[in-house]
Amino acid sequence: MTTAPSATAPQKRSFTSAASVYVNERTSIAGFVKELGRKAFPDHWSFLLGEVALFSFVVVLISGTFLTFFFQASMVEVHYDGSYVPLKGVEMSVAMASTLDISFDIRGGLFVRQMHHWAALLFVAAIGLHMLRIFFTGAFRKPRELNWVIGFTLFILAMAEGFTGYSLPDDLLSGNGLRIIDGMVKGIPLIGTWTSFLLFGGEFPGTQIVGRLYTLHILLLPALVVALVALHLVFVVVHKHTQYAGPGKTQQNAVGPPILPIYAAKAGGFFFIIFGVLALIASMFTINPIWNYGPYDPSPVSAGTQPDWYIGFADGALRLIPPGWEFVWLDRTWSFNILVPLIVIGVFIVLVLIYPFIEAWIKGDRREHHIADRPRNAPTRTAIGAAGVTFYAGLWAAASSDILATHFSLTMEGVIHALQAVVIIGPFVAYFIAKRVCIALQKKDREIVLHGYESGRIVKLPGGEFIEVHQPLDEYDRWKLVSYESYAPLMIRPNARGKITVGQRLRASFSRWFFEDRIAPVTRGELESGHDTHH
Amino acid sequence: MTRQKRRTGRRHPLATVALLALGLVFTGGAYAALSSGTIAQAEVDPNSQQTIEEGKKLFQANCATCHGMSAEGTGEGPSLIGVGAAAVDFQVGTGRMPMQMQGPQAQQKPVQFTDEQIQQLAYYVASLGPGPEIPSDHLVNGGGDAANGAELFRINCAMCHNVAGAGGALTEGKFAPPLTDVSGVHIYEAMVTGPQNMPVFNDLNISPEDKRDVITYLKYLQDNRSPGGIELGSLGPVAEGLFIWIFGLGAIVAITVWITAKSN
Repeated sequence: MTTAPSATAPQKRSFTSAASVYVNERTSIAGFVKELGRKAFPDHWSFLLGEVALFSFVVVLISGTFLTFFFQASMVEVHYDGSYVPLKGVEMSVAMASTLDISFDIRGGLFVRQMHHWAALLFVAAIGLHMLRIFFTGAFRKPRELNWVIGFTLFILAMAEGFTGYSLPDDLLSGNGLRIIDGMVKGIPLIGTWTSFLLFGGEFPGTQIVGRLYTLHILLLPALVVALVALHLVFVVVHKHTQYAGPGKTQQNAVGPPILPIYAAKAGGFFFIIFGVLALIASMFTINPIWNYGPYDPSPVSAGTQPDWYIGFADGALRLIPPGWEFVWLDRTWSFNILVPLIVIGVFIVLVLIYPFIEAWIKGDRREHHIADRPRNAPTRTAIGAAGVTFYAGLWAAASSDILATHFSLTMEGVIHALQAVVIIGPFVAYFIAKRVCIALQKKDREIVLHGYESGRIVKLPGGEFIEVHQPLDEYDRWKLVSYESYAPLMIRPNARGKITVGQRLRASFSRWFFEDRIAPVTRGELESGHDTHH
Repeated sequence: MTRQKRRTGRRHPLATVALLALGLVFTGGAYAALSSGTIAQAEVDPNSQQTIEEGKKLFQANCATCHGMSAEGTGEGPSLIGVGAAAVDFQVGTGRMPMQMQGPQAQQKPVQFTDEQIQQLAYYVASLGPGPEIPSDHLVNGGGDAANGAELFRINCAMCHNVAGAGGALTEGKFAPPLTDVSGVHIYEAMVTGPQNMPVFNDLNISPEDKRDVITYLKYLQDNRSPGGIELGSLGPVAEGLFIWIFGLGAIVAITVWITAKSN
């Protein structure tokens, strides 16, 4: 700041200001920037998880572009002639050979390949954590239900992106993964075999699949992801960001630093931090060492063959099915060992997808919600979430049943049976525990609001009695503890024609399940009387 | 600047620690030198009556409880007639025998005998009936074709031992151990004798030269670190997934907390 302020010399405009004027005179972008730049973005670490996903996706795009320069999606057989000795002269597809060339013979290739893969894992993991945040804070409620659906679709698309990418190198591990998909498709009655032949262009593995997956992986799926991400972000702008309850934060405003300049600068810096963390991981830790796996050959299967983590839950579902669920009936093989996991996973996915609508229907709540719930203040939802997480985690852990067995000196059968119990009984246990914990925490909050917190100061009264002094909360802290919505179970009411429909009854019973056990927030009246009386 | 050196005592406070460390280094060094000396001395004539007699004594003292006084087998352990010197050299040389306890399979533990004693035991058992011999050095020194060995390994071994030899699970608590620090001799002996739950790969199945190639590949893996960096146990996607959730996402969540922290 050594130059004179511009106010004293208005005719001397800085380069930035001249450039902005130039651009604005031709695009009228000022209004847009002003509108967007003044958007407030509430500050909380958990609000950045979606950004983590977005930024790792950007890293995936950048590194993936580099990889497309050198990867050849062809299944023509060649003899490897690169610099990795234990594969010299081995017959493999061009796809595998070119991936090995990227890893060993192209400068920086291995680094970029590893960065692409690590970033992909982080992308899906960040989406997962972001969705958990949204779920447990109720940030999917009106008006954001559609954005939840878009986000969840992105999660599915990200898994599809990951799986198609994992399959491209045509190495042993990815080939085994495709074989499992092929088996699952073939397990579907009537259409299974036809679908598999359509997918692979003939009998598995054929010579088509890598080329087809490549088109999906670099063209169709990224286009869909980019489009939906854009839509997702537009909705975030339209709806405003949710915020946690606090003094001055209402359903009508969003409190936080504006996007320009502070928030944008932070977010820009954050991108580079994520890029840096991924670069560090990629340069230090091996991922997907295809040179160990070797080229795909349908006969060998390696011990410890697993999909990448985000497909693990599906693999685990297959592993947990007890033997003997496949039988011949009407001259056809019925593979319930495959159909049951497919159906269970399908139902689970659909339930997660439409959860916002289910909850809104049960509550009969048509209001907009911009204040995020604390998980404890929605005990039933939190408990449902805990049950879902337990179910998913059980399936997920089952995908590593063999690794669990060897590394903890357990038997395979023991691990499988334990995880079957986790998947079936676990959700109920988790539901019960989570709900009780939430209600207990709410009770504690009530206690603190009404009687203050324990100050640790012990006072001896003139009569000889010792008491601990309870310090009242200040108003800011109290606000956070008392401002949440309390729902009562719906009353069954006859409709306009004086009838009580089945839907009404169903809704009422669901509502009772949701809100039967509840702790109402402290009211003003209670607060005022609570200060005088000690009980 | 004034020089103020205050002496609190005659000895530096770390003197005791240094002395201890020095003592440990000397004892350890001497022990290592002596024990490696005994290994170098092991030179046993496989055919001499004395070797077999010594082996028999060792066998009756350490193995006969389960395998019987003349290796005929009991309810606790199988007959060893015809298992050959290779089986003994593997089982005893890797510390699996004498077995610590009955279980799904014999666990590895520190080797209980000197090389000389192991050879005496091996030749005693070999004298009971013909069986696989301890392989000669040119088959196990890793001088073969790594690419052929890698292919054979993937087809024949990887389903239990994992493509990178990281080991894997079998049923009922049995497992295929990691091959990341097994010597060439022991790998060869395991292939020809089929210890624990491992099948036998005889010379018609995989020729001695092919076995040499497999060993060459495993030695290549042992001697060359992964070109991609730290291997995470070569366990594949499970280790990678855990790593990205715990360390990758963990680090990034810590950073998000830092970014949004209010300045005090």
